[in-house]
Amino acid sequence: MGAALVAAVVLAILGFPEFTPIPVAIGAVAWVVVGRRYRSWGYGEREDDLLVRRGVMFARLSVVPYGRMQFIDVTAGPFERAFGLATVRLHTAAAATDARIPGLEREEAARLRDRLAELGEAQAAGL
Amino acid sequence: MSGEAPEVWHRLHPLSPVVRGGRGTAGIAILLVLIVFHRGKLSDASVQLAIAGLLIVGGFVSWLVTRWRIEDDDLRIETGLLRRRSLRFPLSQLQAIDVVRPGLARMFRVAELRLRLAGTSGATARLAYVAEHEVEPLRDRLLALARGARLDDGAQELAPVGEPATQEEHIVATVSSGRLVASICLEYWWLIAILLGILAGVAVSPHTVGPLLVGGGLVWTISLVTFLWRRFNQQYRLTVAEGPDGLHLHGGLVALTAEIIRPGRVQAVRLVEPFLWRPLGWCRLEVDLAGRQKSKGEGEAQRGQLRTLLPVGTRDLGIELVDWLLPDRPRELSPPPRRARWKSPVRYRALSWGRTETCVATTSGRLRRVACWVPLEKAQSLRFTQGPIQRRLGLASVHVDTAGRGVHATLRDRDVEEADGALEDLTDLARTARRRQAAA
Repeated sequence: MGAALVAAVVLAILGFPEFTPIPVAIGAVAWVVVGRRYRSWGYGEREDDLLVRRGVMFARLSVVPYGRMQFIDVTAGPFERAFGLATVRLHTAAAATDARIPGLEREEAARLRDRLAELGEAQAAGL
Repeated sequence: MSGEAPEVWHRLHPLSPVVRGGRGTAGIAILLVLIVFHRGKLSDASVQLAIAGLLIVGGFVSWLVTRWRIEDDDLRIETGLLRRRSLRFPLSQLQAIDVVRPGLARMFRVAELRLRLAGTSGATARLAYVAEHEVEPLRDRLLALARGARLDDGAQELAPVGEPATQEEHIVATVSSGRLVASICLEYWWLIAILLGILAGVAVSPHTVGPLLVGGGLVWTISLVTFLWRRFNQQYRLTVAEGPDGLHLHGGLVALTAEIIRPGRVQAVRLVEPFLWRPLGWCRLEVDLAGRQKSKGEGEAQRGQLRTLLPVGTRDLGIELVDWLLPDRPRELSPPPRRARWKSPVRYRALSWGRTETCVATTSGRLRRVACWVPLEKAQSLRFTQGPIQRRLGLASVHVDTAGRGVHATLRDRDVEEADGALEDLTDLARTARRRQAAA
């Protein structure tokens, strides 16, 4: 989606006026889709568990108890780094657990990671 | 417990390296036989002799430098000649002791003790090999020590240290070999059909099928056969017995295994009814255990696999075992709303779910029916998912994720309201169940 936006801008700048409407239309659609996807992301810290919401077409809401977290990792790809963002991912013993919080500010990501690690340690439960 | 004089060091059985060598041992034996019968100068075979000698000496040395003893509550194993390793396994974390007897080990009357420990590392202590007559006493002793150590930690009752574990067993089921063969044939009828097809092809026109086999087909054929064989070998004469400390499993054709499954270690239980078994009323019961390690001879693929408790048996028997493992299982399951038929036309009839305070049950399956039970204190995370078709129909699914990859209890295609409620409910129940377990 981002690529379509970039293509629209580049084509418009390079001066292919006859083709401009197509990328602009794609860009507009992409803007809406990306916007919806962005709004679908969310997380909430509750007393005993973390809620993670994600997805527009395939919506999912994960409930991960703090005591079940095995480790938390924070990743930042090249694009994310360029914008000062990071992704926090929670891992439990279950391979199916799918709790990913993308697009966090880097400070917020670090805060969340430390907070979750702290809570996880306090409530850790055996298998 | 402390203050006892440390025990003397024990060694493993002298034949251990021979058994451990497995196929290598057989290779060396064949090599030596060939050398002996080879009519020629001995110097011709010097290289082979040197290799064989080296391997034998190496095996002997590895036996010589390995020793073990029980220190207070730990099992200590020391091994290694150049790089000495001293391993300490706290018995308080002992989950189960498996007794494994591969083919060669049975020939030499030895067995391997495999101590599975809890914890995220899921370490396994291996005593390979111990003489057969020492296995039972040693296992009982280790189990008794483990029980004692755990009580020391928890300190709730007086620890009956040294009291051997009672070996009272009540045999629940043994699988007859005829039924096992029939069940494998029925479940993998398509594999058998492929194999028979290949055989028939070879018999009818070896010239056309032969080259195909050589070009990669042979590998596939062999892996098919191995797959079927392994199934058969593992599940041959598998006996389930109720013991005081859990379900005892033993069986196997060439490699004998014995395993104890504690109800508290079960992450999930699954009852599978393959399509062609259903008219016969057969089922297979599998459990997902925490910290189950890949054992020798098992590929990476088997690691994630479940432990089969009952390879084939009647549904009643399967349910009886489920009751034993999860006494508080839900008895009444509710079907999804009728409109779920548009989303899962084939599965619709099999879908249902139910819960009690401590356990959730789901059923699903198209041709092959699968029922899952997950004790709520083992639930790792819960997920509410909704796809585009489900949204149109006002449906949603809730997944109960358990450790491992094997079993997922999925409340598929429920009414949105119900799914929402179930997510809340199960979250709360899982929390209480977890707390209860932590307190106990």
